[in-house]
Amino acid sequence: MIISEQWLREWVSPDIATEELAHQITMAGLEVDAVSPVAGQFSGVVVAEIVSARQHPDADKLQVCEVNVGAETVQIVCGAPNARAGLKAPLAVVGGVLPGDFKIKKAKLRGVESFGMLCAEQELGLSDANEGLMELPDDAPVGSDLRDYLGLDDHTIEIGLTPNRADCLGLAGVAREVGLLNSLPVTQPSIDAVPATIEDSLPVELVAPERCPRFVGRVLRGIDIARPSPLWLQEKLRRVGVRSIDAVVDVTNYVMMELGQPMHAFDLNALQGGIRVRTAQAGESLELLDGQTVKLDTGTLVIADHEKPVAMAGVMGGQGTAVSQQTTDLFLEVAFFTPQLMAGKARSYGLHTDASHRFERGVDFTLQTTAMERATALLLDIVGGEAGPLQESVAAEHLPARPDVSLRAARIKRVLGFAMEPAEVERILAGLGLGVTTTDKGWSCTVPSWRFDIAIEADLLEELARVYGYNRMPTTRTTTEMVIPARPEGHLALSGVRRHLAARGFREAITYSFVDPKLQTLFDPGLQPVALTNPISADMAVMRTSLLPGLVSAVLRNTKRQQPRVRLFETGLRFLPGEDCLKQVPTLAMVVTGERLAEGWSTDAQASDFFDLKGDLESLLSLTRSGGSFSFAAARRDALHPGQTALISRDEEVVGYIGALHPAVGQELGLAAPLYVCEITLSALLQAELPQFTELSKFPEVRRDLAIIVDREVPAEEVMTNVRASAGTYLTDLTLFDVYEGKGIDPKRKSLALGLTFRDSSRTLSDQDVNLAVDQVVDSLEKNYKAELRN
Amino acid sequence: MDNLESLAAAARAAIEAAEDSAALEQLRVDYLGKKGQITSLLKGLGQLSAEERPQAGAQINVVKQDLQGLIAQRKQALASLAVEAQLAAETIDVTLPGRGQSTGGIHPVSRTMERMAEFFAAIGFDVVEGPEIEDDYHNFEALNIPAHHPARAMHDTFYVDEHTVLRTHTSPVQVRVMESQEPPLKVICPGRVYRCDSDLTHTPMFHQVEGLLIDEHTSFADLKGVIEAFLREFFERELAVRFRPSYFPFTEPSAEVDIQCVNCGGDGCRVCSHTGWLEVMGCGMVHPKVFEYSGIDTEKYTGFAFGMGVERLAMLRYGVNDLRLFFDNDLRFLEQF
Repeated sequence: MIISEQWLREWVSPDIATEELAHQITMAGLEVDAVSPVAGQFSGVVVAEIVSARQHPDADKLQVCEVNVGAETVQIVCGAPNARAGLKAPLAVVGGVLPGDFKIKKAKLRGVESFGMLCAEQELGLSDANEGLMELPDDAPVGSDLRDYLGLDDHTIEIGLTPNRADCLGLAGVAREVGLLNSLPVTQPSIDAVPATIEDSLPVELVAPERCPRFVGRVLRGIDIARPSPLWLQEKLRRVGVRSIDAVVDVTNYVMMELGQPMHAFDLNALQGGIRVRTAQAGESLELLDGQTVKLDTGTLVIADHEKPVAMAGVMGGQGTAVSQQTTDLFLEVAFFTPQLMAGKARSYGLHTDASHRFERGVDFTLQTTAMERATALLLDIVGGEAGPLQESVAAEHLPARPDVSLRAARIKRVLGFAMEPAEVERILAGLGLGVTTTDKGWSCTVPSWRFDIAIEADLLEELARVYGYNRMPTTRTTTEMVIPARPEGHLALSGVRRHLAARGFREAITYSFVDPKLQTLFDPGLQPVALTNPISADMAVMRTSLLPGLVSAVLRNTKRQQPRVRLFETGLRFLPGEDCLKQVPTLAMVVTGERLAEGWSTDAQASDFFDLKGDLESLLSLTRSGGSFSFAAARRDALHPGQTALISRDEEVVGYIGALHPAVGQELGLAAPLYVCEITLSALLQAELPQFTELSKFPEVRRDLAIIVDREVPAEEVMTNVRASAGTYLTDLTLFDVYEGKGIDPKRKSLALGLTFRDSSRTLSDQDVNLAVDQVVDSLEKNYKAELRN
Repeated sequence: MDNLESLAAAARAAIEAAEDSAALEQLRVDYLGKKGQITSLLKGLGQLSAEERPQAGAQINVVKQDLQGLIAQRKQALASLAVEAQLAAETIDVTLPGRGQSTGGIHPVSRTMERMAEFFAAIGFDVVEGPEIEDDYHNFEALNIPAHHPARAMHDTFYVDEHTVLRTHTSPVQVRVMESQEPPLKVICPGRVYRCDSDLTHTPMFHQVEGLLIDEHTSFADLKGVIEAFLREFFERELAVRFRPSYFPFTEPSAEVDIQCVNCGGDGCRVCSHTGWLEVMGCGMVHPKVFEYSGIDTEKYTGFAFGMGVERLAMLRYGVNDLRLFFDNDLRFLEQF
């Protein structure tokens, strides 16, 4: 909503500067987005009249004009195509300054002297129009300063209205607010009933009264459409961002900008029979004013004559009944349409108009006759003609109800935090147009027809608060009860996981939750991801079922920017479609590529491998103090290396996987080095055991090393588990300190070197005790894995 | 005996000049060993008269002890020289960088979100999370935004189907809390949110932290107090905070919160569009309709809610000038946090 400060001040003029006025409006909840002068900074521009114009002797496109500036006549060389004798236009005289600090000097153009410059609107910062000179009305006083003549010392104030404040979609509403904020009366223009001078009218039927409970119409005959809008009207419209079209359209726009009531003018002679306000019938279509023809759906309200729809009600008029240069008779429409039933209609046709914007939010349902009288009087003034009687059709039972709202004094204190003076309460509410009567607990209020946002007590509290001023209201420090909250120690905080990974050299990434369907399919071809119906682009069209597509893309972006060493992690939801319902699973993913350590003086360059990432992961798992409940098993997975992939399980349940990206996939994506990836469900990672103390033994430990040879396929983890199970209770520690394949060993076999540590808490273990345990281990390994001891 | 003094003098000089422990040992053997020169003198005492013998023996023993002491001294000196030499040889350039994994870091959005949550956790708010693919009811309707409400147009919603959306704010988490728990309630809801908008200053995904407090006596004045304190602690500055009336369907009264520009201190600059103020969050008293949807007694309880954009605050806090950098995951950017 754009208003002109000057126009506003015709209604109410507080004694404060523009900036202060804008601040005041903003702080009352009508946020001012911009304040700008209505014209550029210029001086020395006067109303001038071209007395004569003749061709420049040496230039085809220039004319030499004799221009009357009041006190004298000067010669001006001008290139504007509309420069002609008799035209009144702005002239920047010698010594004048145009926007951009452009000083006007005496000049010679192709040998002919010029004493100033005739101006187009754009050159004065009035609009973008620069196709010719600005044409001033014939009665413009020659010699007068243009700024004074046009009243250009004015500002436009652009207000970003919130959707609840439909009442301020007209100047009148803003003026009401400004009046209240400054405790000043608001002067409305006097709008009197226009007496009918002809009997002509058009029958109107409200066929859908729940959608259109009030319709005001009037016939105007014998208008002269050729008469332009007066300058003051054009100027006001220009300043609030409305282009002048013709007097009829200008007047309807003027009334809308002034009172907030959209209206429409039909060419009376294009209407057949009479008006029916009804919903569209199946198969009907309508060519709109903007030239497009729309198929109307049956939920759309239309203004129709007896043959066809002639306007989409409250949205846009039809082309076939529009006012044209041939129009002599008008039918004016001013209606009220029920906001809830208008909501979304325009948008369903891809339309959004000044009218639909207002009707969806709510137009004062008592304003229609006033708007009609205002428009009629202006039109008769400008284009002449004879007015028929004002025809009002009402379905009162469908007009909005405005039940009284009660306000309790105690509630003001409770919600706003302070007791407002009763006189202040009444001043504010009355100033907003509410009827206020006191009750034993506070007040009972009638709600004005222009407020669609006041129905309950909280609405009144908001009005009190915003008019009183949020920043004048008290501020308190809440004192809360001292409740010690639950903080389960067995639940790890995600922030701790983040810090742990950061300490191990990982950078946290955040990638979009929607990914490229192609990448998605590469990693999870078996899943049908959730697709967006309105994605922002084709490569952000489906919801990720894995964090990898996003992370791998992030790795690629970095490696392409000469960052070959990348260690990233991300946490977030995976969206897994299921039989019954969608699962949104909090997940952690890590990716590693490039050198193991950053380049340095003391380390040889070594590429990261599977076990680097696995080590990082295991260190994370150990945070749960339950590392033993996790196990790894070789597996295959799409997009991963068939020989370097493991599923991660916690207590037999698969919770994630770790592996190398399949070399073919890496190559296809453009990765130069192997990439190791891992993904694990967060809930499995964040569930920790509490520390449980065991007695420290005073007795010495005994270490025995075993080198065993088993088949290459036997997983080390299985061997270790077997050793733990068969070694008896004295085993306190088990390490795998060497793995060997190669020379001296059957090529199908491998050697595992195990370090076993034994200790008892109550005595020193004898050789016999330890030997017995070691024998058990060896027996079990022989039996289960055909293991043999290596010498 | 005449040569005792000259022998002693030669021995002292030789000990003093010994370069290493082997040379020293040789000197000990030469002078004090079984066949050493001093030892020989002692052996020769027998040839002296009984009167001369004690005096001469005493003199020789003095010299012997003196030499023994000198050798021991020299030995110690040589040993410490050797240690010094070894230490000198072992000297390293302590300014060389250390070895091992370099340190990574946390994303600025997480860092900011965790920091915000900590402030509120300290005054008893619980951190709650919820689904990001959300139903229409929780994202809109239960927040007093019915179908076709003009406020929906402000949300630029991503749709999965007619009734399912990507949440446009974290408020639906608050609805879920109100549905499942009895007041008093104090929760903070951080997380990803989505709006179908992408340009210089909008990304289709961003993060919010929203808070909700419901109690028997909570007023707008309390809301102002909490928000002001939070913003000052967040920016670690005594900055001016102002509350501006606004409109959200789920709160009433509603406010936008502006802070004095942290870039120019309120004088006006490019960051604050020369207004001196920065809009940083929205807040208000929970709308009675929202309570009604979740079955909370509007007479017994009042509450406030607030919400802020994490990226916006992170940009202001750390001086980031391009929103899109947050999701580009360029290491050169991430390494700055």
